[in-house]
Amino acid sequence: MFKFIYFFMIVVAGTAGELCVSRAMKQMGEVKDFRPAAIVKVILRALGVKWMWIGVGMMTLAFFSLLAVLSFEKVSFVVPVTALSYVAGALGGKFFLGEKISMHRWTGIALVCIGVTLVFLGKG
Amino acid sequence: MDSHHRLHFKTFVMILIMIIAGPLGNVLLGKGMQSIDTTSIRSASGLLHVIGRVFTTSSIWLGVASLLTFFVANILVLSWADYSFVQPASSMAYGVVALFSVFLLGEAVSPLRWVGIAIICLGVFIVGRTHPHTTGRH
Repeated sequence: MFKFIYFFMIVVAGTAGELCVSRAMKQMGEVKDFRPAAIVKVILRALGVKWMWIGVGMMTLAFFSLLAVLSFEKVSFVVPVTALSYVAGALGGKFFLGEKISMHRWTGIALVCIGVTLVFLGKG
Repeated sequence: MDSHHRLHFKTFVMILIMIIAGPLGNVLLGKGMQSIDTTSIRSASGLLHVIGRVFTTSSIWLGVASLLTFFVANILVLSWADYSFVQPASSMAYGVVALFSVFLLGEAVSPLRWVGIAIICLGVFIVGRTHPHTTGRH
């Protein structure tokens, strides 16, 4: 059960964190100046955006969940399972951001699910 | 023509760095975490002890450095190459992480699991090959 919660955190909090950070960056507008001083300014401005903090918090949670899982599971099991974040990303994109998911993309997502199932079943 | 070739070479090098540094980071994190005794984690003092060990284990810091290298390479390559090109190319990382686990950590990977990992690579490849922009068509 604990294992399931950790994987859930890695996949869902990781993906949700990315969506929040993406939302924060969109709110700030396109970055066009890549000089170090300008980048520092962008980072400082990003710290003032609420979504950035929510996003970074969630990604931190996902990272420590990953560390926890790695303490008792094989790397060759954990990392392939985290590919489920593509499924979470597609569902999040569809239901929270109103994106359209093409047939082609659903095919890829279905393959990821089949692959993860086999990785689970292949636990030897 | 010359700058075109250079851009290709630069992209190739960055993707190579990504598919090595990303999996290497995960393998190092795994190595570090497996060296820590986490059985005492249920009590508060045990948890603090484990957290202390996490922050003082060198392979975890090496893993974090390796993952940071991955992120920087990812961000850099995305500044000139399309996401729909970079993401499928980096799907190979799932195969590389399995290879590293076997050769660097001595993990056993069953044939069924190899098939699963290959299908995941294919699935991630296909997901990334689709058009990345589906909203706000003007």
